Amino acid sequence: MTTPSTAAAPAHDRPWRRIADRLPPITTIGPLLALLAAGTFFAVRTDRFLAGQNFSLILQQVMEVGVIAIGQTLVILTAGIDLSCGMVMALGSIVMTKFAVDLGLAPWLAIPAGIGASTAFGYLNGALITFVRLPPFIVTLGTLNIAFAITQIYSDAQTVSGLPGALNLFGQTFRLGSTEVTYGVVLMLLLYALTWFVLHQTGVGRHVYALGNNAEAARLMGIPTQRLLRGVYTVAGAIYGVAGLLLVARTGVGDPQAGQTDNLDSITAVVLGGTSLFGGRGQILGSLVGALIVGVFRNGLTLMGVPSVYQILITGILVILAVATDRLSRARG
Amino acid sequence: MASASPAPTPVLEARGLVKRYGHVTALDGADFQLLPGEILAVIGDNGAGKSTLIKALSGALVPDEGEIRLDGQPIRFHSPLDARRAGIETVYQDLAVAPAMTIAENLFLGRELRRPGLVGRLLGMLDRRRMLEQAKGHMEGLKIGIRSMRQAVETLSGGQRQGVAVARSAAFARHVVIMDEPTAALGVKEGNMVLELIRRVRDRGLPVILISHNMPHVFEVADRIHVARLGKRCAVLDPKRISMSDTVAVMTGAKRPEELPPEALA
Amino acid sequence: MAKLNRVLLGLLVLAAAIAAAAADKPIIGLITKTDTNPFFVKMKQGAEKAAAATGAKVMSAAGKFDGDNATQVTAIENMTTAGAKTILITPSDTKAIVPAIAKAREKGVMVIALDTPTDPQSATDALFATDNFKAGVLIGQYAKAAMAGKPARIATLDLAPGITVGQLRHDGFLQGFGIKEGDPAIVCSADTRGDRAKGQTAMENCLQKAPDLNVVYTINEPAAAGAYQALKAAGKATGVLIVSVDGGCPGVKAIQAGTLAATSQQYPLKMADMGVRAGVEYAKSGKKASGYVDTGVTLITDRPVSGVESKDSKFGLANCWGG
Repeated sequence: MTTPSTAAAPAHDRPWRRIADRLPPITTIGPLLALLAAGTFFAVRTDRFLAGQNFSLILQQVMEVGVIAIGQTLVILTAGIDLSCGMVMALGSIVMTKFAVDLGLAPWLAIPAGIGASTAFGYLNGALITFVRLPPFIVTLGTLNIAFAITQIYSDAQTVSGLPGALNLFGQTFRLGSTEVTYGVVLMLLLYALTWFVLHQTGVGRHVYALGNNAEAARLMGIPTQRLLRGVYTVAGAIYGVAGLLLVARTGVGDPQAGQTDNLDSITAVVLGGTSLFGGRGQILGSLVGALIVGVFRNGLTLMGVPSVYQILITGILVILAVATDRLSRARG
Repeated sequence: MASASPAPTPVLEARGLVKRYGHVTALDGADFQLLPGEILAVIGDNGAGKSTLIKALSGALVPDEGEIRLDGQPIRFHSPLDARRAGIETVYQDLAVAPAMTIAENLFLGRELRRPGLVGRLLGMLDRRRMLEQAKGHMEGLKIGIRSMRQAVETLSGGQRQGVAVARSAAFARHVVIMDEPTAALGVKEGNMVLELIRRVRDRGLPVILISHNMPHVFEVADRIHVARLGKRCAVLDPKRISMSDTVAVMTGAKRPEELPPEALA
Repeated sequence: MAKLNRVLLGLLVLAAAIAAAAADKPIIGLITKTDTNPFFVKMKQGAEKAAAATGAKVMSAAGKFDGDNATQVTAIENMTTAGAKTILITPSDTKAIVPAIAKAREKGVMVIALDTPTDPQSATDALFATDNFKAGVLIGQYAKAAMAGKPARIATLDLAPGITVGQLRHDGFLQGFGIKEGDPAIVCSADTRGDRAKGQTAMENCLQKAPDLNVVYTINEPAAAGAYQALKAAGKATGVLIVSVDGGCPGVKAIQAGTLAATSQQYPLKMADMGVRAGVEYAKSGKKASGYVDTGVTLITDRPVSGVESKDSKFGLANCWGG
């Protein structure tokens, strides 16, 4: 006797529902559609938007938040949050640049030192959350201040300039057709691809999703949840360090005042990209789309001569729409 | 019990289990036997030591005294993982599934299959096709009719979700499946569906320990009934030879096992 | 946590006050927005130097971030209790701080705003500040003269919507240049939040919109540095005139290096110095400072133009802040 699939039968039989089930969910497609819509709008309204060079610029401009958003996405997937990201990035960039300039360390030593400092802070976050069992919001609120203070004290609130050429490597460009593309943008895209691979094609990635979706179930199924959580925050810290390197390459200096709005900006990118703040659901590539949406609006509105206060307004509306779409799509499903 | 053939080795056995929490003695020399190919229901009033017994058998806690044997060999569990590695799977009361993930993903949660060769070993790349196929196989083997293994578990009904959890434990269990209140949250139709699933698991050769408060369900599927009382095994009853009300009476202490006719004991 | 901070702050201030009272020195409180911005660091140094010269004692406190009103309120209360007769403050929230200031003034404390006026300005006894409008006018006049009649295509890199300082400097620049808001000479406007990287982004977008722009007004020197980076990457470093406001030492060095054409220098040290001296005067004679005192703004450039008074980068370096 075959057990019939009972309660779900009526809804799934409707033909449009069967098609809808095969398409990616609205939370995945939505951000991409929004980005395409915005792009189309600006392409029509201003003749300077649709240019390879302009797109290359936008990619460079979203690099800082875009890379930080990778780490933030990983953290948010575990139902956590990381408010310290921008400050940890700034710390890494100051360590990196001061080691190169003040201590005269070769770049291939200074850069890992900077990324190492950021990674250490990531581990600190993870340790406080798992060993002392403090909520991520509180922990990263504290480490954000600690990282900021250390950065100011170590740099004496001065920007570090006169960097050796190697630190600017990722700011160099190469030609793609008629467009100049920076290596930093390529690195960002590679990082996104790598993270996508780990999240979707490996067991560890599935475990991260399970941890955010139902931590108790993950634990019962033998997944080392505490170790995994520490690992996620540590990897996020390393990613913030890489963001610091890319920022140094883009601006040409180590800036201790950098990254102060990056926590909210990266969370915005993650939310716009369709990842749920409750954990366990979302797309890493969505965060790139989310960062691009903000970047496209900022670029397009400036090209159109619209005051930037409207950019802030639109970003706010989009965030509400993104979160509402996520809730509504789950209520239906 | 009178029997012509020699008594089979119990699949899972415990003798003299003791567990104390401060002044409270949860297990007071409890015994336990699970025979091959049976569905053994474990019942007991609150505080009878039923859940503590099950936790000891599934590795969720370590008893202070006593011994546990699996297939006749003594064994010690220090964690639920130890029990799983020994081939004992548990279907938890809240199912322990990740609602946003698919049926296939949940089935292999924590035990994902990797691609063969370098790609699987070095990169840890998942073999999703194989997991989908095997998931389909496991579900069909238990005759659970869900069309797509790609469906998110949260889109399923309560009974279907229970089916996924049962299929997961049946897929990986080598010796025992423990089910904790599997029909508690379900309606009549789906509850019966799950009972049928339990029978199918037993029919595939996996003995089942069924913890349940639902007497009608117990009487429908159980081969024997283990009654826990006051931290010990009070009696083991034959549901075909004893009434439901007498069983409840033994469970609450209103009737003593000595007062029962001998054929009621299993 | 906030309570602990308050208790600690109170104890520190009390200890300082007791020490000062024992030596019969006038106690002057200095409350800045943050203590990491070099502008405020210089202010604190100026206050301490003036205190040493006049025999006064300075107690200082700062908010944790730009906009942290609560810490400033607590500092006012603690300093008043500890016997400070004058409080100098750069208000983080120009409206929300007013009640706390009023309470202190009722107790006879003289409160002077530094750098940023409260809202309303009359809520403090006096205001020692840069005339931000004038700062903008100076660089606007300079830019106009430096263009020497060539048609200007101006980009304004501003602060953020709704912040007075940014608005004043922007409007001053327009007036100094002789144009009004909406003039076709303004080809682009973008916000930077005073941040270097955001300044770079804003400049890139403006260049995309109007590749032939030739004048860039920037809200402050970090934004100007970011703008320069973008211009350099676009190969337009030499053809564009950049002006700014601040007069911080990094900015004056940029003037020297030629990556910034002119900047209006402000004097946080002077603000603090004047504030301390006013406090000493009040303690001695009971005479309060009042009204608005312009602490001065000087145009710094190494390429002077006729008709606009300026000083060179040597002067700028001697008087700059932020090391």
